[in-house]
Amino acid sequence: MELKFRRNPDYQDLRAEMTPHEVYIRRRELLAAAGFAGTATLVGGGLPAFAETPATQIAAGATMPATKSAYTVTDPTAAEQDFNEWCNFYEFGLDKDDPARNAGRMDVSNWKIKVEGETDAPGTYDLAQLIDYSKLEERVYRHRCVERWSMVVPWIGVSLWSVVSQLKPKPEAKYVQFLTHIDRTAMVGLAYGGLNWPYSEALHLNEAKNELAFLAVGSYGKALKQQNGAPVRSVVPWKYGYKGAKSISTIRFTTSQPPTAWNAANPREYGFYSNVNPERPHPRWSQRRERVLGVGGFNVQRDTEMFNGYEKQVGYLYKGIDLIKYH
Amino acid sequence: MAGNAFLRTFGKRWMKPLTLVALLAPFVFLAWQWTQMLTGINPRAMGTDPVTYTHHFLGDTAIRILLVTLAISPVRDITGWAPIVLIRRRVGLAAFFYSALHMLAYLWLDRNWDLALLWEDMVIRIYITLGMGALLLMVPLAITSTNGMIRRLGRKAWDRLHWLIYPLAILAVAHNLLMVKVIYGDPLTHAIILTLLLGWRVARWVLGKLKTPATA
Repeated sequence: MELKFRRNPDYQDLRAEMTPHEVYIRRRELLAAAGFAGTATLVGGGLPAFAETPATQIAAGATMPATKSAYTVTDPTAAEQDFNEWCNFYEFGLDKDDPARNAGRMDVSNWKIKVEGETDAPGTYDLAQLIDYSKLEERVYRHRCVERWSMVVPWIGVSLWSVVSQLKPKPEAKYVQFLTHIDRTAMVGLAYGGLNWPYSEALHLNEAKNELAFLAVGSYGKALKQQNGAPVRSVVPWKYGYKGAKSISTIRFTTSQPPTAWNAANPREYGFYSNVNPERPHPRWSQRRERVLGVGGFNVQRDTEMFNGYEKQVGYLYKGIDLIKYH
Repeated sequence: MAGNAFLRTFGKRWMKPLTLVALLAPFVFLAWQWTQMLTGINPRAMGTDPVTYTHHFLGDTAIRILLVTLAISPVRDITGWAPIVLIRRRVGLAAFFYSALHMLAYLWLDRNWDLALLWEDMVIRIYITLGMGALLLMVPLAITSTNGMIRRLGRKAWDRLHWLIYPLAILAVAHNLLMVKVIYGDPLTHAIILTLLLGWRVARWVLGKLKTPATA
């Protein structure tokens, strides 16, 4: 696996030097200066503080209360039925309606997440330990698929960094990797090949720190259904949809860029960043326009925006980086 | 004997009209789905993405009918039932009809007649170039499909021209294969069937070559 990304060492270095986030820099200095505090926490058992206030996980499809947030777009939201019946989740089949048909068999209750790699808090956690179900917020994000379609989705969840930061990545950790759960009986698509299982996605920690990076447990006022990555998935709205890892069962911190599913399968077509970019066509199709799904009407289309319209929030991350080459 | 009489009647009276009905059925089905959606009888008749649905439906139909066209002479040679070739022209024309509709759906529904996008697609996107190439090669075949044209060209020239079906079928299936993110399912099935149909012809040709010197 490692070999796959070592092929492009310059890419690797460049990413490692991605415009540092101010907080990130300061945090490293602080950690270095206050080495004692860090040790004390380690001795204290390594459990994140929030682990002491467990809430209960909400069953897939059940009502999920959340407070509305300022993160919203003016475009109409996709119909809930379209959101639930038009899914790319290859573990459950290649056709868009396969996941809706097959994923329900996956048991997502009492979900556990393994935390490993460069972290001071390794271990296996209950999802309810990591996510406070009483403090969920709703964010309406654009979702742009690399296949040239998009939907506007009201996600429910928490900011990604609120969870990741408490998993205590070590100062040398640079990436956070998410692995999708493998359920050999329910996931009828595992036999297809094409991608390596488990499905892997990853972000540079600077990206994971961005305010927009989100960990979703619900949508449309309900807990996520299996076909959309229940019980927990990452949502990275300025990137193509596949950068969001569904049904996450492992969170791993690494010092070098982890292999990610689509990038490993075809690096020319799917970059590690995979930022939405109308200027960087997929080798087989243009990315300038997208078809807006779930809003009714006849063939609604819109121009695709840089970073899916989130340039103001995320542009700083990629300053000075050639996003055509390092796509 | 009774079986043969039935086959003869079928070949004479029923085969051609039934083939026509079968070839038009996908079009009627698609038209009915569009009617349901546009009139509101069933707005979800074609699911979440009617444009992609229509586009793929037409493309899949075109490529399948094209494969049927290529299957006719092997069927004739294997079964020895010669009248089957009487439907080959309409099957081939139907493949052209659905390919042209597929192209129209792409230009209109998918690309909205956006010339800049089309230009980019045609020049840079290899799978679109392949598909357009296949359709372009079909045009002379469709034009020369009438009895008059066959007579005018002469059998030999006509046969040589219509040999184009082999490269264009390869282009069409390559276009189909390159379109997907993971090669699996229908495009792979189409490629396997095409390989068998072309492989059968190559095998027959090679066997013929081997036989000739042996008997000489």
